[in-house]
Amino acid sequence: MTTVRPHRLWQPTLMRVSLVEAARKLDPRLMVKNPVMFVVETGAAFTTVLLIRDAAGGRAGVGFELQIVLWLWATVLFANLAEAMAEGRGKAQADALRRTRTDAMANRLVDGRLDPVPAASLRRNDVVVVSAGELIPSDGEIIDGVASVDESAITGESAPVIREAGGDRSAVTGGTRVLSDRITVRVTSDPGHTFLDRMIALVEGAERQKTPNEIALNILLAGLTIVFLMAVVTLQPFAVYAQAAQPLFVLVALLVCLIPTTIGGLLSAIGIAGMDRLIQHNVLALSGRAVEAAGDVHTLLLDKTGTITLGNRQAASFIAVDGLSERDLADAAQLASLADETPEGRSVVILAKQQFGMRGRELAAAAATFVPFTAQTRMSGVDLDGREIRKGAAEAVMAYVRANGGTVPDALRDVVERIARGGGTPLVVAERGRALGVIHLKDVVKGGIRERFAALRAMGIRTVMVTGDNPLTAAAIAHEAGVDDFLAEATPEDKLALIRREQQAGKLVAMTGDGTNDAPALAQADVGVAMNTGTQAAKEAGNMVDLDSNPTKLLEIVEIGKQLLMTRGTLTTFSIANDVAKYFAIIPAMFLTAYPVLGALNVMRLATPQSAILSAVIFNAVIIVVLVPLALRGVRFVPMSAAALLRRNLLVYGLGGIVAPFAGIKAIDMLITAIGLA
Amino acid sequence: MTANGWLQILLFLAAVAAVTEPLGAFMARVFARERTWLDPVLRPIERAIYRLTAVDETREMRGIEYGMAMLAFSLVSMLVLYALLRVQAFLPLNPQGLAAVAPDLAFNTAASFTTNTNWQAYVGESTMSYLTQMAGLAYHNFVSAAVGMALAIAFIRGIANERREGLGNFWVDLTRGTLWVLLPFCFVGAMVLVSQGVVQNLRPYDRAQLVDPQGAVTEQVIAQGPVASQEAIKMLGTNGGGFFNANSAHPFENPTATTNALELLAIFAIPAGLTATLGRMTRSRRHGWAIWAAMAALFLVGVTVCYWAEARGNPLFAGTDQTAGAMCPGGNMEGKEARFGIAGSALFATVTTDASCGAVNAMHDSFTPLGGLVPLVNMMLGEVIFGGVGAGLYGMLIFVVLAVFIAGLMVGRTPEYLGKKIEAFDVQMAMLAILVFPLVTLLFTGISAISPSFGTSSLSNPGPHGLSQLLYAFTSGTANNGSAFAGLSANTPWYNATIGVSMLIGRFLTIVPMLALAGNLAGKTRVPPSPGSFPVTTPLFAMLLVGVIVIVGVLTFFPVISLGPIVEHLLLQAGTTF
Repeated sequence: MTTVRPHRLWQPTLMRVSLVEAARKLDPRLMVKNPVMFVVETGAAFTTVLLIRDAAGGRAGVGFELQIVLWLWATVLFANLAEAMAEGRGKAQADALRRTRTDAMANRLVDGRLDPVPAASLRRNDVVVVSAGELIPSDGEIIDGVASVDESAITGESAPVIREAGGDRSAVTGGTRVLSDRITVRVTSDPGHTFLDRMIALVEGAERQKTPNEIALNILLAGLTIVFLMAVVTLQPFAVYAQAAQPLFVLVALLVCLIPTTIGGLLSAIGIAGMDRLIQHNVLALSGRAVEAAGDVHTLLLDKTGTITLGNRQAASFIAVDGLSERDLADAAQLASLADETPEGRSVVILAKQQFGMRGRELAAAAATFVPFTAQTRMSGVDLDGREIRKGAAEAVMAYVRANGGTVPDALRDVVERIARGGGTPLVVAERGRALGVIHLKDVVKGGIRERFAALRAMGIRTVMVTGDNPLTAAAIAHEAGVDDFLAEATPEDKLALIRREQQAGKLVAMTGDGTNDAPALAQADVGVAMNTGTQAAKEAGNMVDLDSNPTKLLEIVEIGKQLLMTRGTLTTFSIANDVAKYFAIIPAMFLTAYPVLGALNVMRLATPQSAILSAVIFNAVIIVVLVPLALRGVRFVPMSAAALLRRNLLVYGLGGIVAPFAGIKAIDMLITAIGLA
Repeated sequence: MTANGWLQILLFLAAVAAVTEPLGAFMARVFARERTWLDPVLRPIERAIYRLTAVDETREMRGIEYGMAMLAFSLVSMLVLYALLRVQAFLPLNPQGLAAVAPDLAFNTAASFTTNTNWQAYVGESTMSYLTQMAGLAYHNFVSAAVGMALAIAFIRGIANERREGLGNFWVDLTRGTLWVLLPFCFVGAMVLVSQGVVQNLRPYDRAQLVDPQGAVTEQVIAQGPVASQEAIKMLGTNGGGFFNANSAHPFENPTATTNALELLAIFAIPAGLTATLGRMTRSRRHGWAIWAAMAALFLVGVTVCYWAEARGNPLFAGTDQTAGAMCPGGNMEGKEARFGIAGSALFATVTTDASCGAVNAMHDSFTPLGGLVPLVNMMLGEVIFGGVGAGLYGMLIFVVLAVFIAGLMVGRTPEYLGKKIEAFDVQMAMLAILVFPLVTLLFTGISAISPSFGTSSLSNPGPHGLSQLLYAFTSGTANNGSAFAGLSANTPWYNATIGVSMLIGRFLTIVPMLALAGNLAGKTRVPPSPGSFPVTTPLFAMLLVGVIVIVGVLTFFPVISLGPIVEHLLLQAGTTF
């Protein structure tokens, strides 16, 4: 299944780099892109000026002011640190990738002669020859030859893969190594635009743009910031009216506590981490928008083979006819299959062993002649001790029986028809003129897939199985796998039409594909995941590439997309809910002198007005760091209906967001009072 | 608190629930231009109006055009009222010979009635001629309510329409809302009010000899006028501008417990009905009821606190018996009418500020600090607890868009409202619409609070109570409620100008982004609902909506209310008054 490459969160080297980066991000020209944190930085700079003025004037109480200023700067720094840490993880990966980029020479084929040139100078449509042991110099398509290729630099998978000219396995990636043989490759990318280049840029986050939902959320946060700015600015006139004009330090502290700094500080880290989580699952998203769309998907188009079923059909039962026992049929079938190395053949041997304890016999000693399967005969079998056993497609074997002077019993026809109607494949077994029975071959649905589809259905996602099978077969497998719908005898055009139809109804569609004829559908789908083993055309048409080439991963991609949105939503709720406690800490502290009765609002019983304000500011800064792991990992996602999910998240992050800071601020107050900071 | 008091409150809510569905269904038919039983009478009138004004009733308007038509109509109506106020002395139906209204007061009043606020910086019986009351103020009572309804319907169309940019035709909605909804109900309502003793005449004021002369004062002037006709629309249109200064506390406006109950019901009737109209037009009746439930929950919390605070009485009278009994209403009766009692007054104060009505049957200034906090907070929440006619619903729907946005993110999906995606532009418009109100309110209150010469000089009480008076005035104006905390002498150039501007901004600068949002939603494709989309028909949704409204309102205003009513309450418990 998926190979997840987890990294540790608080690596010392990563932290060092991140801290430097966080300080660099204090540049106001960068900060202004994040309105919430820009307000905090402005407040921090403003209070710093006030602090310098007060310190120079020798005023009392500078210690408190100094602490406020430091914590305000810390708030900004923590937010930057979160972003830097999220980026840092990508950067480390990009560096590893960069090392695999080759400075080697390539053998360019010009007029039949090999001409050594630097790999970096290769352009589209150049033709190169790569031999065993050499790195493939650039992305390309094999036009001649077959080779085993080590793609671990890209996929992390150490087992070599076979690449050959023609068909859907012809694409090779620059930076991978040819292990055996020799291939001729037509280059398909210009320098700087290879897959490796794009991958490096993506994991580094260099091309990161804000996604639509992120923009909308930013607007909400900016709006809230304006509301709180107004509430705090107009508080001063009311304070003056109450004859309790407030020091500017306190007003800035209140403002910073109220505006949604928690989500404002973590927002971009959440987005970067979402992309990063995909990369850990070995999926490259070519845009953040695609990740978000994955969370919104209504319909999943899943290829039957490889996604829903195991690649091959397997023998499920023996049905004997003509008075023969099943055991005899199994014996004949096993004999006929012993030399058959196809997965179907092997499954017959295994089934016979499982059902009747027949061991695979050593037949080399006997005078056995194997008859391999050909497209003409559509049969295979064995000639042994004068026996002649054949198994194969129903029509072909029946013709064989008749040709040997036998008759086909009606019972056999019935069985064949029944199996076909049920979506299975009947393999008829015969010995010369006598039909022995039928082997029932079945598609085997992957374990646990049914439950996953049920979970998807609960989340409101419809699954559609796409297969080239006839409608009967497709319906049977669809039923067994528990998909919502299926598209039988599907052509690439049918697929494209289905996607268009869904989209016209306002739905978002995700699919996987690898062949060149999948490219139009991949391009049309809202989330098109191309398999890394697929053709160049498919990889360019999709907006994600799965390096493991595992079509089932579409399900994980959807979950990661949802998790990304949920993390933003829950932290927004948490951030805003926190304000209630902060009000109860700061407002009584501000007006205790003018109206001692307001001490009744000091429900946390914070020690002094100064400790109350300081505790709120410290909590506000520290909570960002505390939530960094959550922001980077994402909130836990359990497939369930939207209503249930909302109930859970409102309880945890809404109610929790109201309660947690009361405890947190109180604890900080006790701590700083104990060590005499306030 | 008494069982009788609670019975009144719960019966009232039951009555509101009972009228919601029939009225909502009726309005849905009216605005969809379907046949109703009133058609034989009203349809010819409607057609005549369109012929006269050259309106093509089948023409659809996009958001911008709809908004421009509404603004033009409101501007002209406002100018006409201003002119009428300035020249009323020269016009007929002025038996008392009342003078022209001063320019600043005329501006304030014209803005007030155009925006459905009905803030009154004047004393009705000594300022407005009968002609002004009928042709100026009552006219606005009708059309400002009809405009509100039209806008709400336009917004609903924006949500319900499928990829169609049009939001309906403003002129048609305005006309049909007036003819089919407001006029018939007001006609019947006025008749019922007259039967209960509300006056309806054009006579000069009566003079009555006092039975018990008070020194030199031997007679009392008893104001008259066409009150019943104006009273009906004042309540039904959530206008609230009283014919007399005492508003619904005056025996000629609200003579009996029966009229009190009917007037209360009239305030909530259309705003509640519109939730059902929303449910029908969006083909999700349960969504309409979910919104109704959110409103009802907020109403119940408010009325409970208000009733409790008033019934509890005044802690400074600790020695006196303040419990309700057969011979004593109990509680804090200062500024309340004996015929309505504590429950009837607390209920009225809550209802009139939940809806942006602003009629009063008791003096809010005399409520206990917490009792007076309820009307204030009701308005601060944005007048969405049933709210003004139309304005309450579209205000609420803006909160719905925000609630849905947050909910959508929390369930890991691009937010959608009834199948329409909520994107950056929609959030932007919703935030703009919500921002306007606190900005204007806090800004003007803040300036007034630190300006002794023109601001605090109008206050009748110092300290936190004075701040409450100021805050109440600007909150009431900007929220287009119009009720007054009294105690503030508002008829000064500063307050006339600033409250006038607040009312205009509070109304129209909210409407513009609202219509932009509606127009944008109208053009979007409707995504069919799935278990993955968050349902807007459940109690959970109603709770979330309440949460969003309360959080936005409370977070914005907590600092200032803690310096006003809250500190006043704490001081009162400690024995200090202002």
